[in-house]
Amino acid sequence: MLRFVVRRLLVAAVTLAVISLVTFGLFFAVPSSPAKVMCGKNCTAADIAQVERRLGIDQPLPRQYTEFVKGVFVGRTYGEGDFRQDCPAPCLGYSFRNNQPVTKIIAQRAPVTFSIVLGGAVLWLTLGISLGMVSALRRGTALDRAAIGVTLAGASMQVYFFGLILLYLLVYSTGLLPFPSYTPLTENPARWAVGLLLPWMTLGFLNSALYARLARAQMLETLSEDFVRTARAKGLSARQVHTRHALRAAVTPIVTIAGLDIGTSLGGTFITETIFGLQGLGKATVEAVQFLNLPVVMATVLLAAVFIVVANIVVDVLYAVIDPRVRLS
Amino acid sequence: MSDLSHPPSLTAPGDPAAPDPAVSATAPPGTGAREILGRSPNQLAWLRLKRDRTARVSAVTLAVAALVALGAPLLGRLTGIDPTDKFVGRLNDFGMPIGYAGGINADHWLGLEPGSGRDILLQLVYGLRTSLFIAFASALLASFIGVAVGVLAGWARGWLDSAVNWLIDLTLAFPFLIFALAVIPILQDRFYTEREAPPPAFRVALIIATFGLFSWTYTARLVRGQVISLREREFVEAARAAGAGTGHLLFRQLLPNIWAPILVTVSLNVPQFIAIEAALAFVNIGVTEPTPDLGRMIYNSIGYVASDPWYTLFPGLTIFLLVLAFNLFGDALRDSLDPRSTR
Repeated sequence: MLRFVVRRLLVAAVTLAVISLVTFGLFFAVPSSPAKVMCGKNCTAADIAQVERRLGIDQPLPRQYTEFVKGVFVGRTYGEGDFRQDCPAPCLGYSFRNNQPVTKIIAQRAPVTFSIVLGGAVLWLTLGISLGMVSALRRGTALDRAAIGVTLAGASMQVYFFGLILLYLLVYSTGLLPFPSYTPLTENPARWAVGLLLPWMTLGFLNSALYARLARAQMLETLSEDFVRTARAKGLSARQVHTRHALRAAVTPIVTIAGLDIGTSLGGTFITETIFGLQGLGKATVEAVQFLNLPVVMATVLLAAVFIVVANIVVDVLYAVIDPRVRLS
Repeated sequence: MSDLSHPPSLTAPGDPAAPDPAVSATAPPGTGAREILGRSPNQLAWLRLKRDRTARVSAVTLAVAALVALGAPLLGRLTGIDPTDKFVGRLNDFGMPIGYAGGINADHWLGLEPGSGRDILLQLVYGLRTSLFIAFASALLASFIGVAVGVLAGWARGWLDSAVNWLIDLTLAFPFLIFALAVIPILQDRFYTEREAPPPAFRVALIIATFGLFSWTYTARLVRGQVISLREREFVEAARAAGAGTGHLLFRQLLPNIWAPILVTVSLNVPQFIAIEAALAFVNIGVTEPTPDLGRMIYNSIGYVASDPWYTLFPGLTIFLLVLAFNLFGDALRDSLDPRSTR
């Protein structure tokens, strides 16, 4: 177990290093000059040179990259003399737009995306798995057929359309819900939940369609297995057979997909955030890209990659916890 | 890839002995006891596909969509409207279309865009072209890369195989959407300054390339696995013993045996690309104005959801139906090619 985790962590570190190199290369090597973008139109050559020195981008690229990595782990110092700026340990640089530390921007935006994704995930997992399970147990009935139809349609529906439909139905025409907004959980839990209900429903309903299809297929497969028959034969109640035995075996592949889905979404749910005007990581990326705000883009892309890599490891470990047949080696 | 151009089905002639599809939709294929015909697996798959009601309905839907997209200029001539025409005279002082349901009338069958006053039907039809073209081109590019890499890894094995596996893992770890979001405008900035607008074809090519470069992994894994399992089989050995070269073994022996899953992957990739392309356009990273685009229409409609929901409804419904039809058709195709699979 320990060896497995260590090896996975090493591979993950190499993967992240390569991704950071590619991202860095593309973002910092390709565009004309970030200093020109940052400085504006009325900059003299001397101004630009000064900005470049202050940002540390007058150095050769390999050195810039090592400086960047050093900044992430031990912190770094930008500029010199009057322009000296100390950037402590997880240093991702400064926004080209307003000179804010990128770490501060991330810290502001991440809770929004996390709230959206985690609330949505709770909804889509409970809704999807229970719908899939019920329709597998009532196979062939009207309920099952209705569930199949709804989930088929749901799996082809897009967030940008469905979110706007909900917005129209629940906010604009009936006023049942307020327009989504973000209040920190620590500040006011009730307002936090009410403000995010609409994005949760959007993501929850749409993704639950996929999970319901998956859960139904998995459940049908395990219900026909020998151990389920054995469990029935030894006199367990239907509830025990279905939840303790069948569901536990059926849920493993769902855990994989859910883990990866959640990991990917944590990097930024930019469509949901755009529809509902929420200031999360995805929106931060979209805005940063529009202004070619490279340090922010770099940080959000890297962070998204970290979430995916971590989600992969978590899924592998969870797998062994849920399914004792899986041995990590 | 010469053998990939052997389309599956299409060699199978319409079978006059095939029973009425509506009657025998549930009967397993090949149980017709009336006469015994030798049928190739391709013919069987084609028969199963033809009998599947879902497959027929979705195929017709897709054919209509393709025809409409191809015939967009014809529709423009018929109605005498160009997608860029602005009918500002039909908007009121607030920029909203005059009349019911977003200004639907005899001239403008689906109404007008609020604000700009363009004809929604024409935008939709031309947007369909953009969407389908990008999705198909990306799916083809992704499958091409995937097949090439998969065959290479499966055939060569050894360190090359390990390298490809690692490359696949790496590509899967890239946050694709976020990366695409970041890379497309930055690359554009590299080749075009702010003043000269890039030609629409540049953006389209950039989008297709990005999709292709990040979506080949599934096909590559699939093909690699298939090649590894087939390469030691007797028919390959026999061909090798008969003196066949590598090219013959790959293109004449191996690929014809794995086109079925590749085809299914392509058909299920297309709706994904349609959805992602619209998603990129939705955050302004997709195709640029004035090229019509379904995703951008939805984005533009956000501000009018309360006052003119019809503007959201038409492009949204179009994407939904298109993706649904493709998904259903892809599922049906998979079922018909693999008799063991059940829905």
